[in-house]
Amino acid sequence: MRFQFKTEYNDDIRLYQDRVQLAWYVALLITAVSLPLFLGDFYISQVTFILIFSIAGMGIMLLVGHTGLVSLGHAAFLAAGAYSTVNLELLGVPFFLALPLGGLFAGVLGAVLAIPVLRLTGIYLAIATLALAIIIEDIIVLAEPLTGGVVGLSVDSIYLFSAAGPEINIYFTPFRFYYLALAVAALVALLYANILRSSTGRAFLAIRDSEVSARAMGINVARYKTLSFGLSCFITGLAGGLLAHFLGHINHEAFLILTSIELLMIVVIGGLGSIHGAFFGAIVFGMLPLTVSIAIETFGAPLGITSTTLPGLSTGIFAGLLVMFILVEPFGIYGRWLKIRTYFQLFPLYRRDMFRRHKSYLKTERMR
Amino acid sequence: MSLLSVEGISIHFGGLKAVDDVSFEVREGEVFTIVGPNGAGKSTIFNLISRFYDPSAGAIRFDGRDITRLKAEDIAPLGIARTFQNIELFDHSTVLQNLLVGRHRHRRSNFVANAFFLPSVRREEVEHREAIEKVIDFLDLQPYRNKMIAGLPYGVRKVVELARSLACEPKLLLLDEPASGLSVEETQDMAFWIEDIQKDMGVSVLMVEHDMSLVAQVSDRVLAIDHGAMLATGTPAEVQNDPLVIEAYLGREEA
Ligand SMILES: Nc1ncnc2c1ncn2[C@@H]1O[C@H](COP(=O)(O)OP(=O)(O)OP(=O)(O)O)[C@@H](O)[C@H]1O
Ligand SMILES: [Mg+2]
Repeated sequence: MRFQFKTEYNDDIRLYQDRVQLAWYVALLITAVSLPLFLGDFYISQVTFILIFSIAGMGIMLLVGHTGLVSLGHAAFLAAGAYSTVNLELLGVPFFLALPLGGLFAGVLGAVLAIPVLRLTGIYLAIATLALAIIIEDIIVLAEPLTGGVVGLSVDSIYLFSAAGPEINIYFTPFRFYYLALAVAALVALLYANILRSSTGRAFLAIRDSEVSARAMGINVARYKTLSFGLSCFITGLAGGLLAHFLGHINHEAFLILTSIELLMIVVIGGLGSIHGAFFGAIVFGMLPLTVSIAIETFGAPLGITSTTLPGLSTGIFAGLLVMFILVEPFGIYGRWLKIRTYFQLFPLYRRDMFRRHKSYLKTERMR
Repeated sequence: MSLLSVEGISIHFGGLKAVDDVSFEVREGEVFTIVGPNGAGKSTIFNLISRFYDPSAGAIRFDGRDITRLKAEDIAPLGIARTFQNIELFDHSTVLQNLLVGRHRHRRSNFVANAFFLPSVRREEVEHREAIEKVIDFLDLQPYRNKMIAGLPYGVRKVVELARSLACEPKLLLLDEPASGLSVEETQDMAFWIEDIQKDMGVSVLMVEHDMSLVAQVSDRVLAIDHGAMLATGTPAEVQNDPLVIEAYLGREEA
């Protein structure tokens, strides 16, 4: 069992809880940095894919997990980031500027769309954002000069600072691409954690838990919801810029309604309300197709099953996982992990109903 | 000097006159209590002052300023903090985080500074924590500092809500039934705290309360209402002995 003694305010403000946790983060960072030593090109590009979706997952986590708003249309902002980054690069803007500008475009677009949409709540908000997911596919096809229409755009290598290099390409230099995605993911995670430990993040949490008392504490709910949507779309847009280069060719099929729904599934499966959850969810999402095809090859062959006889199996399993998590573990993988950790920390004192939810008391109904 | 003055406010929901031409003022440094039977319109008056409801007539003035048309989120920055009758805390956050939200009106940084956690943000965070630590000490909340609200007993939640409103450092505190659901000992603590808030912190208090012994102990003046209309104003003893007030309470019990 670990006890935390806090003797000054900075103990409380810093990003890690205690030395042990700091050691874990350092170990994680060292592992991540040295990963190319252990993994070959194929697996490194898989991990890169997971990192890109972790970034997108953090974007949607900010909105869904920390502000309590739902979006079924985030593929639109993934697309906004992807196409604006690529188009900026076509104009000669180097990638290190084009990516943040592309994210910014997605963020501003999100904030502007948020103003009318965020008057809605719950199911109505879900429907409005779903509509966005539907029309984005058509918009991509129609905006041919920028998107290449149905055919799409083929995306060149990344030239980080100038045409002279360094050149980054997922096929020719997968390690570089991996480090780029890792750097962006780490930076986003850091900025995200900073927001959560200051007044902006607390305002988001307050809105999620009780809009009425958030307003009574002086929080401008409409403004902070718009801000949350904008920041969420900014982060998702960054992921879009990276995704465009990862795929090498983009058209509307990269940004289907299904993509929006998968983004939402990532955070629900990973665990709503924690940055870790975005990573856990992306790991499941990224590894599932590979795991399923390996499983089919090893176990399916004697039964005559191949991946062509059972298409969509990994999507089906992913959806099944989602249902399972909603039913038995609403706090996702991260929540499950916390329970397992507590179990070992307190062993043998763990009580079965330790995490059982307490009866909630009366809530003000009149002002809803 | 009057800090808050409510001038002839009314509101109706459909045909029901929930508040009907009510006027009173809260003077600087006093504890002013509104009493009345269930459904009299007390909480509705609070919701009018904190601007969740729009009055159909009348005006509300705070610190010499007309606040009748302000938005709900513009009330706390003026220095009016409130609690809710049915406790409205941020359930999935810790006590500390809840109190830090109370500091929202004292923030000085924007979201960009927050994202980069500039040194000024760190200083600001330390200041917020110093302010909150005083409230935690005052209300004996040390054991619960890092506990989730969702797991706390009712009595503690009530205190946390009071603490959160004090973290605002308000000039006027609106307390909606601060002692409802509390044990005798907890109610006594609450009475001492309200006295200290008034005397030591110099905060004016507008309170709704049913517990008459608490009302008599801490209130300077009392307003009794029934069916949204004013019955009597005066010292606690005067109001308790007012024939109209007695009739309102007894009349209800017979019905
Ligand atoms: N939003 C609303 N819509 C419709 N009716 C309302 C609304 N808010 C309050 N009322 C009605 O107004 C009347 C006064 O309610 P209020 O909550 O102010 O009573 P109260 O004096 O606080 O009572 P209690 O002691 O039970 O808390 C009640 O009849 C209530 O049903
Ligand atoms: Mg009431």
